[in-house]
Amino acid sequence: MTPTKIADLKAGPSSTDEFIKGLWRENPVFVQVLGMCPVLAVSNSAINALAMGLATAFVLIMSNILVSSLRNFIPKQVRIASYILIIATFVTIVDYAIQAISVDLHKNLGAFISLIVVNCLILSRAEAFASKNTMGKSALDALGMGLGFVFALFCLGAVREILGNGSIFGYIVFPEAFQEWIIMILPAGGFFTLALWLFLFNNYKLKKAKA
Amino acid sequence: MSADKTISTQPNSTASSKKMLIAMVGIGVICALLIVLSYEGTKERIEILKAEALEKAVFKVVPGISKTRIFELTAEGTFVPSDGKDRSKTLVYAGYDDTDVFKGIAIEASGQGYADILRILYGYDPETQTVVGFYVLESKETPGLGDKIEKDDDFLANFKALTVALTEDLSKIQNPVVPVKEGMKKNPWEVDGITGATISSRAIGNIIGESSLKMVPLIYKQQEVFNSAINPTSK
Repeated sequence: MTPTKIADLKAGPSSTDEFIKGLWRENPVFVQVLGMCPVLAVSNSAINALAMGLATAFVLIMSNILVSSLRNFIPKQVRIASYILIIATFVTIVDYAIQAISVDLHKNLGAFISLIVVNCLILSRAEAFASKNTMGKSALDALGMGLGFVFALFCLGAVREILGNGSIFGYIVFPEAFQEWIIMILPAGGFFTLALWLFLFNNYKLKKAKA
Repeated sequence: MSADKTISTQPNSTASSKKMLIAMVGIGVICALLIVLSYEGTKERIEILKAEALEKAVFKVVPGISKTRIFELTAEGTFVPSDGKDRSKTLVYAGYDDTDVFKGIAIEASGQGYADILRILYGYDPETQTVVGFYVLESKETPGLGDKIEKDDDFLANFKALTVALTEDLSKIQNPVVPVKEGMKKNPWEVDGITGATISSRAIGNIIGESSLKMVPLIYKQQEVFNSAINPTSK
């Protein structure tokens, strides 16, 4: 590493940058393509996608904060075990919270709430960022990544619900004559929609890079 | 560099083990505390919501009712009115129509599914001696496969008129409810399974089979208890 690069690293990016990067430049779904299981599975309606995104964001933020505040206390050898323990704790808390908000929502999200534990986005932020940065920066990073995840899930959920069910948040938006594209709310529709968004996102980025 | 490391870590290995232990135990304690706190904090509200959901489900599994009353099963096999708060008791939910006529009863049952315990509610109509409805209260079955037991129309059609008729001396069910493979249903007491959700659909058939064997004869013989609970004067 050249001396300038080290200096760069020490100064580091500004805190707004830590926040913004998760939303757009390093969006967890559209750029990093992480946490695909819930993205494809629970994005069949806008409300499910939003709830799943917010639950994941909450776990991400809380576990990032705890991991970064304990980063000097956790020995390297047991760090992954410790992170998983912390993540699992917040997932359990989210599970109770969602049950306390709505039994129906909890039923819709089903096993995917418990599966947040193994969402690689959360573990990767704990390992790659929170374990090396201060609490404030980690919180901002998690907030950005979390909102980026919510944004991406909502993009998928909205498209799938509008085309597959003719509605958004349960409100009918198309006239009666509209024939729903049932495939969009089936698993295959998740893949199609994700592919479409990835195409649009990367196409835009490529064009911008060329310009 | 690697030689350096081995030299420096060797004498410290006990110290670092201790550090690891302290870190893991410490984090464990913090996490346990957080979980217990959130459990205690949400417990009451979750119970209220679950009770509400259960009430709604009762209306789904027993068609044509407008009121419900809760009964609990005593050790002697009789039913007494209950407030439904003691979850350790076996509870049933009697349904009545607008004119206070006893129409049927919703029975809660549970058993091992594919992923975890399945909790279901099914409706029994003593007049036609059939199971008239079915609803999954709690399930962690595989999304897209096992959870078809909640959504598959063909499967749900099993529970519109599933025969649980009693023998003439009213002591037991003539033909216990049994699960069969998809498309193999020939008799009105068989539950057609779902290909791709074999274990889950089989579990539902078995749960209803087992529960109805015990509950249906008891309920059938005590219809008067449910009738008189809402019309004390007709006794």
